[in-house]
Amino acid sequence: MAKGMRDIKRQIKSVQNTKQITKAMEMVAAAKLRRAQEAAQAARPYAEKLKEVVASIAAGTKGVKHPMLETRPIKKTGYLVITSDRGLAGGYNANVLRKVTQTIKQKHTSSDEYVLFVIGRKGRDYFRKRNMPIVEEVTGIPDAPAFADIKSVAYTAVKKFEEGAYDELYLYYNEFINALTQIPVEKRLLPLEEVGGDESVASYEYEPSPEGVLEVLLPKYAETLIYSALLDGKASEFGARMTAMGSATKNATKMISDLTLTYNRARQASITQEISEIVAGANAQS
Amino acid sequence: MSTFLLEIVTPERKVYAQDVDMVIVKGIEGELGIMPNHIPLVTPLRIAPVVIKKDKRQEVIAVNGGFIEVRKDKVVILAESAELPADINVERAQSAKERAEQRLNAKRDEIDFRRAEMSLQRAMNRLDVKQRQS
Repeated sequence: MAKGMRDIKRQIKSVQNTKQITKAMEMVAAAKLRRAQEAAQAARPYAEKLKEVVASIAAGTKGVKHPMLETRPIKKTGYLVITSDRGLAGGYNANVLRKVTQTIKQKHTSSDEYVLFVIGRKGRDYFRKRNMPIVEEVTGIPDAPAFADIKSVAYTAVKKFEEGAYDELYLYYNEFINALTQIPVEKRLLPLEEVGGDESVASYEYEPSPEGVLEVLLPKYAETLIYSALLDGKASEFGARMTAMGSATKNATKMISDLTLTYNRARQASITQEISEIVAGANAQS
Repeated sequence: MSTFLLEIVTPERKVYAQDVDMVIVKGIEGELGIMPNHIPLVTPLRIAPVVIKKDKRQEVIAVNGGFIEVRKDKVVILAESAELPADINVERAQSAKERAEQRLNAKRDEIDFRRAEMSLQRAMNRLDVKQRQS
């Protein structure tokens, strides 16, 4: 009996240690989540402004031609997937990766028909293990990503489309709904959909020309969309991690109380047994 | 004298938002001085200092890779990065400049060349802005 008790005690100790870790991770994620949300908020004016200007050019000048607005027959598809570097974030990575894999399986028969851009170590390892064609990967994105961190992958993704390496580009990431809910979403990034032309357009002068301005703006716009998706993804990551670690902590607490109960029962039983042994011994002597 | 609202926005944050008298930028086609009631205009910008005039004082901001949108009552500069002189790290800019110069001298590769050129421009821009301020 005494040995059983020692085992239980050891188990309690180990669960307690785990609980401490998950608890700490939960709190760290909560703090980072707040910051990530602020960053996503701060990035919004830029993206909105850019969209506004692009829309007003598109609406103000009819028949602007730009390779990024053209719909071509689809021969090859590009996917840009945003995952995290670290695990222990619940279904965060699994959900988005599952969605990508499903789509790819449905739409393509061979791996010549698509290419992948991956942000995050988890996604990279996943695709690499399955021998899927990765064009470019970025890992080690800091928790508060700067635009410069993804500039090069965004630039390549947009550039390759313009060059005709693929005919559409999809973006996959976890959309942040709230701290408890993150939904993996698929967005078509390129060719750019008709950017909603609202009527209240001031007629601008363009220097050097509307096409010239569009030439500069459209790639920037696409890059910005990628950046805001990344920020959203970061917020989702911390949300998911916070929730996962929260429930892990809760489970640990429950386990500890169960184990403590078992331990106490075992202790009680051993005491009772000892007493009855002593009593039996005393009775035998008299 | 009338003023207008100038906003400088980067993907990371809003760097500047104040009423100013005049702003001078370097567009693709040349320098532009923008005063209130300018005709609506959109143009990409070169990597260059943006000069802001306000109450007889002058401010300089290092703007990189952006464009300007002029409206009747408001001017917005959208840029990949924009730094006030106080935010500029001189040592970093200096070393970036040297690195870029080395690369320009050494390599003949097309893309590398373009890239080095851009980073040289950015570094010079930052140093320029810092110098003007002091």
